[in-house]
Parts: sequence; C-alpha cells; structure tokens
Amino acid sequence: MNIIVCIKQVPETTEVKINPQTNTLIREGVKSIINPFDMYAIEEAIRLKEKYTGKTTVITMGPPQAEEAIREALAMGIDEGILVTDRSFAGSDTWATSYTLSQAILKISVFDLIICGKQASDGDTAQVGPGISAHLDIPQVTYVKRIREVNQGFASVERMTEEGYEVISVSLPCLFTVVKEINEPRLPSLRGLLRAKQAKILKWSAKDLGLDEKKIGLNGSPTQVVKIFTPAARPQGMIFHGETAEVVEKLAEALKKEIV
Amino acid sequence: MDYLLTEQQKLLQQLCRQIAEEKIAKAAKDFDAKEEFPWDIIKILAQSDLFAIYIPQEYGGVLALDENKNVGGVLDLCVVTEELSRACGGVAVCYAASALGTFPIILYGNEEQKKKYLPDLASGKKLAAFALTEPEAGSDASAIKTTATKEKDYYALNGIKHFITNGGEAQVYVVVAMTDKTKGPRGASAFIVEKGTPGFSFGKKEDKLGIRASVTRELIFDNCKVPATNLLGKEGLGFIVTMKTFDISRPGVAAQALGIAQGALDLALKYTKQREQFGKTISSFQGIQWMLADMATQIEAARALIYSVARMIDSGNTSVSKESAMAKLFASDVAMKVTTDAVQLFGGYGYMRDYPIEKYMRDAKITQIYEGTNQIQRNIIALQLIKEMAK
Repeated sequence: MNIIVCIKQVPETTEVKINPQTNTLIREGVKSIINPFDMYAIEEAIRLKEKYTGKTTVITMGPPQAEEAIREALAMGIDEGILVTDRSFAGSDTWATSYTLSQAILKISVFDLIICGKQASDGDTAQVGPGISAHLDIPQVTYVKRIREVNQGFASVERMTEEGYEVISVSLPCLFTVVKEINEPRLPSLRGLLRAKQAKILKWSAKDLGLDEKKIGLNGSPTQVVKIFTPAARPQGMIFHGETAEVVEKLAEALKKEIV
Repeated sequence: MDYLLTEQQKLLQQLCRQIAEEKIAKAAKDFDAKEEFPWDIIKILAQSDLFAIYIPQEYGGVLALDENKNVGGVLDLCVVTEELSRACGGVAVCYAASALGTFPIILYGNEEQKKKYLPDLASGKKLAAFALTEPEAGSDASAIKTTATKEKDYYALNGIKHFITNGGEAQVYVVVAMTDKTKGPRGASAFIVEKGTPGFSFGKKEDKLGIRASVTRELIFDNCKVPATNLLGKEGLGFIVTMKTFDISRPGVAAQALGIAQGALDLALKYTKQREQFGKTISSFQGIQWMLADMATQIEAARALIYSVARMIDSGNTSVSKESAMAKLFASDVAMKVTTDAVQLFGGYGYMRDYPIEKYMRDAKITQIYEGTNQIQRNIIALQLIKEMAK
C-alpha cells in the first residue's frame, strides 16, 4: 500500500503573536515543529505500512526550512520526503495550497491513501485536507479516529462525531483527516535519526510541477486575510445559587442591568 | 563543558532527553509507589534502538566496530543511562542491567552463542540479567555455593542467586556457578540460562529503599539442566568473565549515579529560584549558592572521569579495572552527597513524598552498593596501584 502524508510546519507556541501591520504570524524566535495533528497522520501511516507493507511518503509545502519537518518524519520511520517549495507559493490560501499539494500528489502518481491531520494548529481551518481530495476528485473521510481495516480496494474507518462515531466504508484511493484519538505518535529511533540526517529530500518547484501561475500563491487565492487580531477575552459568566424563584429574579435583574 | 561527543552520541543524548522528559519523568512517581516493572517504557527504549548501541552490527546492533575490537559503545551506554537517570534512576537500571547481562556474551560468547542471543537483546525483544550474588556471597564472590555438575551434554545447576536485577523479567541470564569446588575461585564457570528452562524458577521479589521501578528477585535452580553449549568460554573462567564484565559495566553504574545527581541538581536549582524566605528567593543567599556550586562542580568532575574511562574502554584498552572502579566509586559518592544536599535545599518539603527530590536520595544509595560496594572498589584501586608500583 502506498500512503502519502501531508504535513505542515508550524510555530511551537500556544500564544501565536501577530504582526498587526502585515497581518501575518511573527515567526522570528519561535521554534518550528510538525503540526501536532500531523504527527498522528505520520504515526498512522507507519502503522499501516507495518501491518500491510508498502511505502510511505511525506509531503509538505513551505519555505526551505520546512525540510526539518520532513527529516523529523523520516526519523520516525517515513520512507521518503518531498518538499514543495517556491517563492511563487507565498501567500497561498487554503484553496491554492490544496491545489498545489494535489498537483504534487499527481506527480507522485501511485497512491492508495492520503492522510492529513484534522487541521493545523496555527491556521485552524481544517480545509486543506478536504481541499486536496476535491482537487483530486477522490473520496474523503474527515475526523477519522480508527482505521479498522484496508482490504481489496476498500477501507473501513470510524469517523468521530460529537455524539459518537460513524462507521464508513470507502473505496481507495481516498483521503483521511485524522484526530488525536487515533493513536499515540512514536518517538524517533536512533537508526531513524541517522537515516533522516543522510536522506536526500526531493524538492519540487512550481516549474517542476508545471503549475499555472494564476492558480498558485497570492494570484491563485480567492480568499485573503483582511484583518487578523486577537479576540478580546470574554468576561466570566455569572452563576446564581439558591431557590428557583429567587434565582430567576436575580437573573432577570442581571439581564436588565447588563444587556437590556 | 563540551565533551566533544560524536554526532551520533549527540543525537542519542537528545533522543534520550526527549524520552526522559516526555515519557519517564511524569511516570516516575507512580513507578516508585507501585514498584511495577516499567514495560511500557522498556518498549519505547527498544523501539528507539537504545538496546542496540553496545551490540555490534553483525549481531543486530548499531555498533560499528574495528576488526581488532570486540567491545564498544560504552560511552554511548553512559550517555543514555545518564539521561534516563535524570528522570528516574529505577528505569535507568532496568535498562543498564540488560547491558550487564549482555556484556559477558559479547566478551566471551562464541559465534553460535552470539548469533543466537544478541539479535533479540539488541532489538529489546528480550532483556538480559547477570547473576552472581548469593545470600552468603556478596563482596566475597568466591564464596558462591551454586553448583554446575556436568552430565553428558548438559550441566545440572543447583543453588540460589539473590538480589538479581531484572530477575523474572529478563529472558536471558548469565549465571556464575561452581563447576569444581576444589579449585576455589578458579573453579567457577559462567552459563547462559534461558527463562523457562525446567528447574529454573523465581523466588522472593525484594521491597527496596530506592530504584523501585526495577525488580530485584531471587533465582532458584533446582536440578536445572543447561545445555553444555551454553557454557561461556570454558570451565573455570567464571570469575574472569565476571571481572571483565564489571570492568566495562561499572562506568554504566557510574553514569546512573551521575544522572541521578544531575537530576537532583536540576530540581534543586529550580526550587531555590522559586522559594522565598526573608523576602528573597533563597538562591540569592550565598550559603545556598555555595552549596549549588559545590554540587555542580562535583557532578562535572564525575562526568569527566566517567566519559574518560568509557572512551578508554571504547578505544580497545582492556586494562581498565582501576579506572572503571574509580569512576563508579567517585560518581556514586558524588550522587549520595549531591542528592542529600538537594533534599537539604528543599528544607522540610524535601523530606515529603509530595516532592520529587527525596526519591533521588533513595535512588542514589544503591549506586554505592551494587556492582561491588565502594569498599570493594577501593580494594580494586589499591591493589592495582600496588601492582603498578611493583612493576
């Protein structure tokens, strides 16, 4: 089975700082990591390979330093890494990003499964995974929490919902986005680290992929970030204790005072 | 201090620090309280290739050895043991004790024995243990009573080994037994004994002061038939096997002590910067600063000694008894001193189990006792000094 994992390098921080002039993330001085949700995708790909044999490829679109993220994935046990990088990709929204990645996947050509994390910890859109499947015109299952089995061109998976989960049977090739409930990502091995250090990473540019420049980067992005800001902290809620009648009265009074 | 570690050793150090911080540190308190063998952690160590670093590549390890050498990776082993010990001295000894049980096979195993046992030990599929100590034979190892009587194509083992680290959990044991009592120490031999061999069972599990994540059990041999092909080296080599094994394993115990000391200092530093008395953080008092400075200096001296001895072994030098004993003696005494001072720096809180520091003091104590008490280490050092002078 040939599995492609799409990953993103993100800043390691829970408090993202924003440059108010340019509406972009301040990346200086912040360590970069693999998007935590993508770690589950990497782990699941390695487990599937261990179970069914085959080849795992990790692919990321990003600046040259995103190569580090690929090497990290290789150290965990992924077989091959591809970095899709070009200045002309700058400013891509989720449409342009998923289009670019889908074209890189078409260049790989042979694949049974694409796995993505459910969303990236910086943008939080959860759109790129589904976008790739749309561009490739293959089925997608989002929020997968368990892959039951992959057999004879079909996969049976559990898709997490708020109330429980759905069991879905889907034909291959297809795309999954996975949630953290699916597994516990492994740490790298010494052999993996040594191999990752030596590994040659393929680098593909817009030209290598033969991309139409109207469809990539800022030009290919139908959405644009108009403004970016830290939402104001919500005031704490009020809880009234006591007898029902008494509480209702207090609540009504508070509503009058605060809102009405 | 920059110890000029190789690229591979630096990767190893980073990896172990990650394992220690992400997986071991948070579980250490629980291992200590429940005294349960940390199989989940052992699996992580195995998956990360940590059992493979001192085993040659031809037997499933990652160690690249020059043709004229049969031992290496001792500095790597020390780096790993140190990092694991910073988080939990108990977990670290589960790991290092397997190296202790594996070294006799690397040193004295024949080709068939190495091919049969080393690959599964390198992958961490199996753990090893070394069994010498008996109820009445501790520092006086020559007093062992376990016997091995040759009959046809096997040896019948009878006797009891106790205080055996990894006992019951390990699958491969190197056991020292008397094949000829009349010859005294020259009548001992070493055997590879597999768990599950008829006549081989486990006795009491010890309730210990420290390193409680590790298990210490009694091994019972009741007419246990061990194939003659499992004899290591030849008859009568038992104590040579033991001494040569300890020569290369003692830096590992020293590294365990070093890691425990470093872990205690890390915690003490953090605490003294937070704790306020008399309106100031206690780290601003010179009395506290001097204690911290002494602790750090002793730790660095221990590290310098251990790494030097480990490098000496890895370079192929086989006359290392004195240096190896020095490393173990010095580092374990440092660990005891540093951890005791660390508890002192925590004051009353340091004495309480709610705080992690008292465990370091309990874990440190054993390093002055096992793989030869520090009194025995001094005997080894002194004997060698006198021998060298007589030359």
